[in-house]
Amino acid sequence: MIRIDQLTKNYGSFQAVKSISFEVNDGEILGFLGSNGAGKSTTLKVMTGYLSPTAGNVYVNDLNIIEHPIEIQKHIGYLPELNPLYGDMVVYDILKFIASMRGISDKNFNNALDRVVSDCTLNSVVHKKVSECSKGFKQRIGLASAMIHDPEILILDEPVSGLDPNQIIEIRELIKRIGQEKIVIMSSHILQEIQATVDRIIIINEGTIVADGSPEKLVSGAQGLSKLELEISGPTIKEARMVEGSIDGLQIRDISRSKGIIKVLIEHNNTTDFRADIFKYAVDNDWILLKMNPVSENLEGIFRELTSSNHE
Amino acid sequence: MNNIKHIFKKEVSSYFNSPMAYIFLVIFAIVNSFFFTNIFFKVNQSDLRILFNIIPLVYLFFIPAICMSLIAKEKNTGTMEVLTTLPITDRELVIGKFLSALFLIFVGLLFTFIQFYTLMQTGTDIDYGAIFTGYLGLFLLGAVYSSIGIFASSISSDQIVAFIIGVFLVLVFYLMDKTILIFTPPFMASFIQYLAVDYHLTNISRGVIDSRNIIYFFSIISFFLFMTIRLLESRKWK
Repeated sequence: MIRIDQLTKNYGSFQAVKSISFEVNDGEILGFLGSNGAGKSTTLKVMTGYLSPTAGNVYVNDLNIIEHPIEIQKHIGYLPELNPLYGDMVVYDILKFIASMRGISDKNFNNALDRVVSDCTLNSVVHKKVSECSKGFKQRIGLASAMIHDPEILILDEPVSGLDPNQIIEIRELIKRIGQEKIVIMSSHILQEIQATVDRIIIINEGTIVADGSPEKLVSGAQGLSKLELEISGPTIKEARMVEGSIDGLQIRDISRSKGIIKVLIEHNNTTDFRADIFKYAVDNDWILLKMNPVSENLEGIFRELTSSNHE
Repeated sequence: MNNIKHIFKKEVSSYFNSPMAYIFLVIFAIVNSFFFTNIFFKVNQSDLRILFNIIPLVYLFFIPAICMSLIAKEKNTGTMEVLTTLPITDRELVIGKFLSALFLIFVGLLFTFIQFYTLMQTGTDIDYGAIFTGYLGLFLLGAVYSSIGIFASSISSDQIVAFIIGVFLVLVFYLMDKTILIFTPPFMASFIQYLAVDYHLTNISRGVIDSRNIIYFFSIISFFLFMTIRLLESRKWK
């Protein structure tokens, strides 16, 4: 278990992280979201022991990072942002070096190598120089280095950047598999990726946590409102507007007409389902309902809302 | 201890997997041989004093060059973040890297066996004791310059800047009893002379292993390695 306790990190007079606290339990995949400079990489760097906190502390299995950095680092696998690698080294040598630093004996190295090579699909590049590998392979080499000692905690700063869609799916499945038993903390700018991979999201903005919960909870709880998109053939815009007064609690957000079809965006409270009422209203007025589509608020909208509100 | 060994092995293989080690060793051997053979056969002396005078000069530029990448490059490429989040202390990291530079210098000194062999074949009444202490002095000097080089490398993330700072600092220690002494007040003269690396090297090269000289070398090495470790740790300062 990881516990972040009132963590603050200053760079000179600039406060990058402002007294944040949260816990991550075993078997949890946590997504860390935030715009650039929000403080998420700084938080991850403090968690890995690369930086020291200005105030507060990070506890891993009840050990704190200030007094026991080496002990904690043994349990953590870390993929830094931008994935720095030794370009002049052969992939095998990098993994061998990291494994030796992680205390993996020569006898056990082959098993560890087989595991990460298979997990990260590195078979074709094991004996190549890193500088000769594609960006996607480099990303997976970084991931393999972080996983070579089968760590209890995996901290991944932008793990899927540079990967093609197929590779992203592979890595997502891998992270999900690891996350069943272990702690995985990942940050990403690709919101859909976070949404598809993690159990829980923390959104950080200007050094403070602005949202914490499952992706579903964040999306549904953001506004307490749902939207419906309609396409109707038959009425004029004026006639279509009448629906607003006829069904209680329903509001038209947008209405337009194109090629004889009226497009309406309706907003309503989460607690009521208006779809049957709308259908009946359309039939009663001899309208043809061409489309009725629930518009789910996506994480991008939530993210924008939460991370831009402080600027206003 | 194991961590120091792994860092050492990685750095040594990094030297020999790039042109760096070969350029250093070949040019080191050529420069030494050139000056040695130019003078050795003219002076009729059965010793390696010529070699022991040339190598400290060659060191002035070569050691900052082999040390400049040790930390600056890691900082520049970001691999420092990978290294320092492994379960390793900054002290182990610096010592491992320092020893790898020392190893390369040791290999360079092995190349001067050619000159030693030439002396054995042509010289008479060779003072092997003085030759041994001469090599010891060169090795210790290499260690001092390497500690300065690695310190310079930890100051900047730019290798060229690290090289220039390294050469400057090494020159300060080399020239301390030559030029700087001229400008110092008399009461400080003996202190400045004690700080000058050449003063101690000359003592050792004469065949005398004096504890004062050994303490000097180890103090300077420890000081610069300590400063390097502190500089690395400065990222953790609150």
